[in-house]
Amino acid sequence: MATTTMKLKLHVWRQPSPGAKGRFVTYDADANEHMSFLEMLDVLNERLESSGEEPIVFDHDCREGICGTCGMVINGRPHGPWERTTVCQLHMREYADGDEIWVEPWRAKAFPVVKDLFVDRSSFDRILQAGGYISVNSGAAPDANAILVKKEAAESAMDAAACIGCGACVAACPNASAMLFTGAKIAHLNRLPQGQPERYRRALDMVLQMEAENFGSCTNHGACELACPKAISIDVIALLNRDYLSGTRKRKAG
Amino acid sequence: MELRSKIPSGPIESLWEKHRFDMKLVNPANKRKYTIIVVGTGLAGGAAAATLGELGYNVLCFTYHDSARRAHSIAAQGGINAAKNYQGDGDSVYRLFYDTVKGGDFRSREANVYRLAEISVEIIDQCVAQGVPFAREYGGLLDNRSFGGAQVSRTFYARGQTGQQLLLGAYQALMRQVQAGSVKLFTEHEMLDVILVEGVAKGIVTRNLRTGKIESWTGDAVALGTGGYSNVFYLSTNAMKCNATAIWRAYKRGAGFANPCFTQIHPTCIPVAGDYQSKLTLMSESLRNDGRIWVPKDPGETRPPNQIPEEDRDYYLERMYPAFGNLVPRDLASRRAKDMCDQGKGVGETKRGVFLDFRDAIQRLGRETIEERYGNLFEMYERITGENPYEVPMRIYPAPHYTMGGLWVDYHLMTTIPGLYAIGEANFSDHGANRLGASALMQGLADGYFIFPYTLGDYIGTERPTPVDPEHPDIRRTVEEVEARIARLVALDGKRTVDDFHRELGRIVWEECGMSRDAEGLKKAIERIPELREEFWENAAVVGSGDTLNQVLERAGRVADFLELGELMCRDALAREESAGGHFREEHQTPEGEAKRDDENFQHVTVWEHAGENAAPVEHREPLEFAYVPPTQRSYK
Repeated sequence: MATTTMKLKLHVWRQPSPGAKGRFVTYDADANEHMSFLEMLDVLNERLESSGEEPIVFDHDCREGICGTCGMVINGRPHGPWERTTVCQLHMREYADGDEIWVEPWRAKAFPVVKDLFVDRSSFDRILQAGGYISVNSGAAPDANAILVKKEAAESAMDAAACIGCGACVAACPNASAMLFTGAKIAHLNRLPQGQPERYRRALDMVLQMEAENFGSCTNHGACELACPKAISIDVIALLNRDYLSGTRKRKAG
Repeated sequence: MELRSKIPSGPIESLWEKHRFDMKLVNPANKRKYTIIVVGTGLAGGAAAATLGELGYNVLCFTYHDSARRAHSIAAQGGINAAKNYQGDGDSVYRLFYDTVKGGDFRSREANVYRLAEISVEIIDQCVAQGVPFAREYGGLLDNRSFGGAQVSRTFYARGQTGQQLLLGAYQALMRQVQAGSVKLFTEHEMLDVILVEGVAKGIVTRNLRTGKIESWTGDAVALGTGGYSNVFYLSTNAMKCNATAIWRAYKRGAGFANPCFTQIHPTCIPVAGDYQSKLTLMSESLRNDGRIWVPKDPGETRPPNQIPEEDRDYYLERMYPAFGNLVPRDLASRRAKDMCDQGKGVGETKRGVFLDFRDAIQRLGRETIEERYGNLFEMYERITGENPYEVPMRIYPAPHYTMGGLWVDYHLMTTIPGLYAIGEANFSDHGANRLGASALMQGLADGYFIFPYTLGDYIGTERPTPVDPEHPDIRRTVEEVEARIARLVALDGKRTVDDFHRELGRIVWEECGMSRDAEGLKKAIERIPELREEFWENAAVVGSGDTLNQVLERAGRVADFLELGELMCRDALAREESAGGHFREEHQTPEGEAKRDDENFQHVTVWEHAGENAAPVEHREPLEFAYVPPTQRSYK
């Protein structure tokens, strides 16, 4: 079985620092079908390094689609063309010799570019800090089986909890909204009995923080769900809206 | 170097409970006067930082990631063990303790392991209360499965993403403390040294990865939850950024390094496909419950796997270990796969792989059942290899996965440096020479939520540390040393890339100190690694400057440390003239080719003390005693 090799033309967004002006720079890259997309960039970067040029900065870590560190827009699609796949799991057999590929960072006001393809997603952490947890101290828990959880509730909570916090939902959304991310955490916790005591407060506080971070609003495009590497359903946004509304009423009522 | 393990005396069942009473407490009003530095936000570090914040300490927490949620604990698939005995199948704290001591091939501390088994029960309670969505039965109770060949079902799991869910639990607890103001979190800050003031750990030096700023931070105690060092092999299942810098810097400041040669090679990973390969992907061990492992009998076999008839296949694990078959422990499964490939029977383009075949399981149980059990794993395999495992057998090969060795710690998890703690995979304590499946998550969380927060109180209560003068010359000197090292790295203007040095180091350590080791090869490696290190400091290509986000510089610093650690691993493997668990010495095997321990001479922890640059490290030993689980030859026949 011979390995297919290919020559590609890459147009990569290069931007030296947050305030600086960025531009596309064109590179020739070599690849073969077994490589992952990031390995193709590794090979290009090593070539740049050996010739004294600064390599392309992109963030990545586990390279198995679970840490949520990597992310870039490839030919207009966050994480590239494969559904339910992070860019680290995208493989080069998707491409053919001579292909031209455009690579850009996530684009959103709430995710400023740090360098090249590396963006600042600390706004996601601050949304979580506003209420994305259950308030229980270490050592204060009852026996695990004292809390019964319906299998269906555990499964649907897990569906939402699978979010890896990569930010593709924001990058895909024409409004750069973070509703899928925020809704996923709200749904994870609010679908479980353990999450009920703080249910409405959580929704309210997280949504307020989301707005303070300059994310856009949701106008039901659904692009987020399509781009999500974990296929999180926009149902979580409906739950967010419902619990947020109830939370507003309850807070007003004092 | 004095090794005082501080194991309390008394019956093992009540050791920890009694000790908790004996340890000093810190008045709640006084806790906020103490600053604790926690490095790392994985299961151990994240859990520790959150818990210390809840207790009222003033916590400074550091991670080199852009968010505390990215630590590599997130990638653990299978599950977490706990001696809950919810299935009523005869499990108990004592049985989990027994299995763990035996699984570690009698090279761990009994008292530590017993405590771990005891605490496992509390961990599950804690995680459920946090909202970790563990798998459930229809009645609403928690579900369990058997894992890694255990004879009881004690593993709790959240689909194939248990590590992710446990880490998010710890991360959320941490975020709550950040919001409360008790924890100050510094992301994109990499620890580059530990600060000792008059021999006591008083702080750390970090580099801000975005701006390059070198800063010092002081506190009353420092905990390293910075993970293991599998990336010394270059190719491993660890994430790309995983590194040994924090523990290696601590070693060089005087912390003993224990059993560096005890590394775990996981048997079920996707084989290497080419030179550009950046990392290896683990396929959950649970696949061995239904998949059958085989190679063609004839090394010259050319037929596609599905056309090789039964009589020309060698199901070697089933043949050699009829009782355990495909479920033998990780170290055995890995070594036998290597043997088959060494005999030329390997499969795939590179001939370094064996088949993991689901044909029979699909025939017996139907495709639907297999899909339900392993669907996500099959999908991941296909995404990476382009092959459909429902139709052609998977190809697997062992890969470095976990390191049992690490900084030596006493029963309090304190290193040989007063005030410096190591928690989670960063320490050596609980897994001996081989870790059992679903035990890593357990240990990380036990250390972080339930052990370190107590033992720290004893240190603070006993020592009553006083704040250190930020202008102290020891602090300034450490900062200057870090700055000088960064400057030296930035100045490297050679021809060879940092990754290329790392690749060569990985090849040496993998060949000579991987699945099987012998004196000749280890001696060769001990000669070759310093040469490579020297070449690195002359010929590495480190482009870019130190005052900006520079990923080449980050990697260069980590590789420089691996180039030293790799040598120590080989020295340790050479000194341990026996085979135990993951450490297999060719010279020490039974006639059947199994690991042969030497309890008379090697029933100890080897602890290495740094003796200066380019000087041979000094070997110390902590003897191990087995009062409850008498050492036996492991048998899985």
